[in-house]
Amino acid sequence: MLESPRNINSGKTNSGEKDFGTPRRTSGQEVTLEIDGMQVTVAAGTSIMRAAAEGGVNVPKLCATDSLEPFGSCRLCLVEIEGRKGYPASCTTPVEAGMKVRTQSPKLQTLRKGVMELYISDHPLDCLTCAANGNCELQDMAGVTGLREVRYGYDGENHLVSNKDESNPYFTYDPAKCIVCNRCVRACEETQGTYALTISGRGFESRVSPGQDQPFMDSECVSCGACVQVCPTATLQEKTVIEKGQAEHSVVTTCAYCGVGCSFKAEMKGNEVVRMVPNKDGHANEGHSCVKGRFAWGYATHQDRILKPMIRSKITDPWREVSWDEALNYAAAEFKRIQKKYGRDSIGGIVSSRCTNEEAYLVQKLVRTVFGNNNVDTCARVCHSPTGYGLKQTLGESAGTQTFKSVEHSDVIMVMGANPTDAHPVFASRMKKRLSEGAKLIVIDPRHIDLVRSPHVAADFHLQLKPGTNVAILSALAHVIVSEGLLATEFIAQRCEDKAFQQWKDFVALPENSPEAMQEITGVSAELVRGAARLYATGGNAAIYYGLGVTEHAQGSTAVMGIANLAMATGNIGREGVGVNPLRGQNNVQGSCDMGSFPHELPGYRHVSDSTTRHLFEQAWGVEIQPEPGLRIPNMFDAALDGSFMGLYCQGEDIVQSDPNIQHVAAALAAMECIVVQDIFMNETAMYAHVFLPGSSFLEKDGTFTNAERRISRVRKVMPPKAGYADWEVTIELAQRLGYEMHYAHPSEILDEIARLTPTFHGVSYEKLDRLGSIQWPCNEAAPLGTPIMHVDHFVRGKGHFIITKYVATDEKVTRKFPLILTTGRILSQYNVGAQTRRTSNVQWHEQDLLEIHPHDAEERGVVDGGWVSIHSRAGETVLRAKVSERMQPGVVYTTFHFPESGANVITTENSDWATNCPEYKVTAVQVKPVSEPSEWQKKYTRFSKVQHELLGKARQSKSIA
Amino acid sequence: MDMQNLVHMANKIGDFFEAMPDREEALLGIAGHLHNFWEPRMRSQLLDYVDAENGKDLKPIVVTAIRTYRSKLVSQH
Repeated sequence: MLESPRNINSGKTNSGEKDFGTPRRTSGQEVTLEIDGMQVTVAAGTSIMRAAAEGGVNVPKLCATDSLEPFGSCRLCLVEIEGRKGYPASCTTPVEAGMKVRTQSPKLQTLRKGVMELYISDHPLDCLTCAANGNCELQDMAGVTGLREVRYGYDGENHLVSNKDESNPYFTYDPAKCIVCNRCVRACEETQGTYALTISGRGFESRVSPGQDQPFMDSECVSCGACVQVCPTATLQEKTVIEKGQAEHSVVTTCAYCGVGCSFKAEMKGNEVVRMVPNKDGHANEGHSCVKGRFAWGYATHQDRILKPMIRSKITDPWREVSWDEALNYAAAEFKRIQKKYGRDSIGGIVSSRCTNEEAYLVQKLVRTVFGNNNVDTCARVCHSPTGYGLKQTLGESAGTQTFKSVEHSDVIMVMGANPTDAHPVFASRMKKRLSEGAKLIVIDPRHIDLVRSPHVAADFHLQLKPGTNVAILSALAHVIVSEGLLATEFIAQRCEDKAFQQWKDFVALPENSPEAMQEITGVSAELVRGAARLYATGGNAAIYYGLGVTEHAQGSTAVMGIANLAMATGNIGREGVGVNPLRGQNNVQGSCDMGSFPHELPGYRHVSDSTTRHLFEQAWGVEIQPEPGLRIPNMFDAALDGSFMGLYCQGEDIVQSDPNIQHVAAALAAMECIVVQDIFMNETAMYAHVFLPGSSFLEKDGTFTNAERRISRVRKVMPPKAGYADWEVTIELAQRLGYEMHYAHPSEILDEIARLTPTFHGVSYEKLDRLGSIQWPCNEAAPLGTPIMHVDHFVRGKGHFIITKYVATDEKVTRKFPLILTTGRILSQYNVGAQTRRTSNVQWHEQDLLEIHPHDAEERGVVDGGWVSIHSRAGETVLRAKVSERMQPGVVYTTFHFPESGANVITTENSDWATNCPEYKVTAVQVKPVSEPSEWQKKYTRFSKVQHELLGKARQSKSIA
Repeated sequence: MDMQNLVHMANKIGDFFEAMPDREEALLGIAGHLHNFWEPRMRSQLLDYVDAENGKDLKPIVVTAIRTYRSKLVSQH
């Protein structure tokens, strides 16, 4: 078994890592200089401070840290340079060839001591009881400079009685401890890109100010934690550290929220998490974080966790707490009974995109070996299945083409149907950094998302299209590229299939695809479309980033192919700074798809009808595998209502809340005879379940997640599973009770099996992941260290395949009865169905889902800001509070789906993508009107939910009596 | 399963492939898609429907594709 790398905090820097003081510079040119008599060679442009640190000499410093550009304010890092007057700051002075530097001398010692003395004369001397004790750079520097006395005394004017700002639920701002080093202000600008902090006042009055002298919670602060991370004192301090003290060890792991997949150090005391700190060496995030990963992890130990297995024969029965053995035996017996009665294909499983790759692999293996069918699907069905289909058809692989870091080389960034600042915040920070350096931005979105205009970022083009017209706009963009001669003809001739290209070219050149002709459909002026197309085609390295606003449509797959067509047509594929980049919703959407969770594919995206692949797995697993595709999630519901699908093993997904047309889903589940839910909470789906198997959080198990860049990263167990088993162990137990043995002592052995059977994973192992930190697949004999950029010399499928993408209007049309279009999305502080974030203080930012509506539409209906409104579609009706907002265009309303009682998915319909059945969440025709009470569905939901909680309460009660 | 829904889904597949200039490719595309992504019980229901209702409400290109490649669409087990 492999051990987790556990680090003891050195206490030297904020997160126990070496701090080089200023950022790494890359340059073709190297410079050699002499520091304290030692020859040091570094890249040109490197600071003296960093050169010294690389040579092993740590020059004292306070305002410098290697995640931020040098600032030169603290005057502690002064050095002497031979032949130069004065004492330059080593952080702001670049190295020069032949320079002779001295970092220590009696004069430097005196200067530094003098500076420290001034700092300490206005700093509380409560080191022993201070939260930063043991992890304070000011304390360290007082020690390094040899400060022994403060000649000025402590009675002068000072800041020691300043009031703390406790408004943020996760960290405290104590101005009394601030040394005004500006690190936090710079982190907010440079690392996060929000510009929420500044220094207000001058001279002695200078203090850090969120917004305009506001409390943190009232400012624009997004609580990413970048300021807390760089603060050298206890001025900005995590409340958990104030409460618990410094950690004694840390474990590197991967965040379980979005598809960015940030690497974190879980700082621990025993089995308790003290704080989560973004990992500087993390390849996806490079030391940055967002409010969810950094702070919203308290759900993992929330009292709502269900820790005992439970069963019941009917969903109207009270739950009964039972042993693991009894629960698993019951589930196995039920599955056997159902298959006997209704046939082999009457049961199936759902793989979670939140669980690990190893767990995903085991669930699909269970379905294929034990259930004996291909009825396995994953929640990726309802988000990025069109990505898998569309990119496979055009480029040859169901994955994004780049690394996140690649955006640093982009000259033009096109963001389509994605809202990265809210949904992929850590990547959005990288993107904003590049944009503020001058890259051009094209936003294609019905909403005025934050990226369109925020501090130091403005879209050059915002194509504010009508929801449901993505394919029309993509064809219009392609039309401009073809008709104005902007094609990358050489690239296309060398890299793409000629016949398909010619057909595509003829198609997009048709007058009906011109921006002028499409104007009426998309609502975007032809001039804007032409401008955006020219910029994308001729502006240098152009990259497309897209999200669920592209995939969750009736033509989701068509739009993905349209995007790939644009990239191929302009040669924007196969190198840094370009590419086609799906921003994945959940942490392991990419991974769950890679693992063969779809009903038509075995691991590695190989169709079940491919007999060579099937035989490979049949030999390894010792069973016969069906050559026919199984049911997709929406098909499972239809089959349930039809009476031919009666049992489901659902691991870590809340289909009742997250899938469209809730009433249809609920009716389907109610028709089934055995639903086994494995989850950490009693979620909405569990209310329809017969067996509840307690799940384990990402902190409780070993495994791997694969993020949107195909990056496989380790998840490491930092505490034992609260309910006794990790999820992968539960699947093994269930398989065994159904008569199939799975022999794995550790998840590393599961990955070994995946690697053995999947060509794109041949070279992946836990040992290599520990060594390299993370690996982007394909990783095999041809690419032993992984593949950061795909399709470099040729496409995975050989030649790129252009596909004709004809716009077909959705059936979800606005009518007199339903004159508005509802589109859905998520916000920064909450995550997906909210099961995790609703159980954290993140609710302080977003405590309910709101309906955003344009002032014009609001006024016409008598809707007021904050008032109750009903939203009615042909599928159902729900009631929310209104938020009147100009982010919306007239005719379009928007809501999030983070709270079950909001019932956003009561309204959405079962319309879906033609190729993959991915639901059309983004387009629902609705009517909105002011009301005074909840909808019928909500009243029914409240009653049902109350009854279910009582039935759960009975299980707990009976246990405590027993 | 709900026949109306299956007809609707099949027509959407038809919409996509119908745009192809090469009709043979379009027909093969439709049949191939149904074969690769539709679970056998969905396909048999669709085939039965084409027989019984003469493809009512289905796009002509979908009916042609199903009839041309019928043997490919029959479940193998």
